Amino acid sequence: MKSDITQKSNISSNNRRYLLFVLPFLVLFALFYSCGKKETAVKEKPISDLSIYNLPSKWTNQDGKNIEMKDLKGKVLVMVMIYTSCKSACPRLVADMRNIESRLPQDIKEKVQLVLVSIDPEVDTPKRLKSFSIENKMEGNQWVFLRSTEENTREFAAVLAVNYKKVSPIDFSHSNIISVFNTEGELVFQQEGLGVNSDATINKITEEARKD
Amino acid sequence: MLQKRIITGFLCFISSTLFAQEVKMASIREGFFVPLYGATSKKPVKVNTFSIDVFPVTNAQYLDFVKKNPAYSRSKIKGLFADKSYLIQWESDFNFGKNNLNDAPVTNVSWFAAKKYCECQGKRLPTMDEWEYVAMADEKRIDARAKENFNKYIMSWYEKPKTYLNPVGQTFKNYWGVYDMHGLVWEWTSDFNSIFLSGESRKDKATDKNLFCGSGSVNATDLMNYAAFMRYAFRGSLKANYTTKNLGFRCAKNK
Repeated sequence: MKSDITQKSNISSNNRRYLLFVLPFLVLFALFYSCGKKETAVKEKPISDLSIYNLPSKWTNQDGKNIEMKDLKGKVLVMVMIYTSCKSACPRLVADMRNIESRLPQDIKEKVQLVLVSIDPEVDTPKRLKSFSIENKMEGNQWVFLRSTEENTREFAAVLAVNYKKVSPIDFSHSNIISVFNTEGELVFQQEGLGVNSDATINKITEEARKD
Repeated sequence: MLQKRIITGFLCFISSTLFAQEVKMASIREGFFVPLYGATSKKPVKVNTFSIDVFPVTNAQYLDFVKKNPAYSRSKIKGLFADKSYLIQWESDFNFGKNNLNDAPVTNVSWFAAKKYCECQGKRLPTMDEWEYVAMADEKRIDARAKENFNKYIMSWYEKPKTYLNPVGQTFKNYWGVYDMHGLVWEWTSDFNSIFLSGESRKDKATDKNLFCGSGSVNATDLMNYAAFMRYAFRGSLKANYTTKNLGFRCAKNK
């Protein structure tokens, strides 16, 4: 399974005929279902069992660029789920993220990616995320804002053990959790609550970023 | 390898178009109801017309899925998607063994696995509101939540051990023609992780206090809904990779 992509390029003529037969079904299938096509290939090190890089979901960043989680591979990820129209908890969460970022040791900054994932994909268009990043002075390359479909968002929240619920057309209630992932995409630390002391979080980020 | 992948996809496609019809679904007419939990200010929420499986997914059906999607077999599933007790009651990867009935509900499946199963049938997991909407019906009524006997029935199930070993379809058939919403297993819903419980360790519940605290007193509706509260509390305690022996699922579909 793991070498699927490399093998794709040299399909034998036998396979080609086979493909011709199956292709129409396959296309039809692909239109409706995502099953069975999930095992994407990895060239170097295989993705570990607990890695979020196993998630096949597609995301869009604040520049309108499409990415998958595994495109972030190799960096320590600091992630939080927010929505931009939030007036109560999120500004504090965002402040916590900025605070963490500002306190990172200089030598690891390059190795850390801070990711804010929207739980309100309907409102939080890439454009909106972009202006949010500008308003909040989070424009550097270290900041990524992501949105996806509601289903993918629900799934990603499930991975982070973040609960959220739309409580009115403009309001969500949600868990305030900042999660740290190592360079393999494995969850290694979570900071819960608002305005809490971030020392442990920063220590963990630093430790992971300085590995190897 | 490519062929294998095409075949896997192809089988999934075939099974979802041809054989999916075999799994009986009940049509649920749209309506409004006030869930115990989730409706701010106790306003009714709307449930759109949809279909739901008449029975929870069985061992035999799940085995079929695992055979076509070996990545979801016991030894192959990734830790991200299921914890260590995934399908632990089965004898092996592709054999549910003698102690499990083929028509008993499959349990020890994670949310990720259940979600994937439904996708492979061209379906999805029901939302919590959809599930509760179907579950409030008894044999005769769409909403039997105020009926004492109905609540007694549900509560008595909570006390019965090991009902998850029973075959599906042995409990009552409700108004919609759906079985086993109560009396067999707990079931996953697509948005199980939208629950906030007061008293859990998270210091973050900004707006949802309607579960216990806040309102100050417990009124009749709350008492009536104690049975439902148990379900919400259970869901609130879950994580998406958790598997447990009394938790199964069924699928739903838009109309």
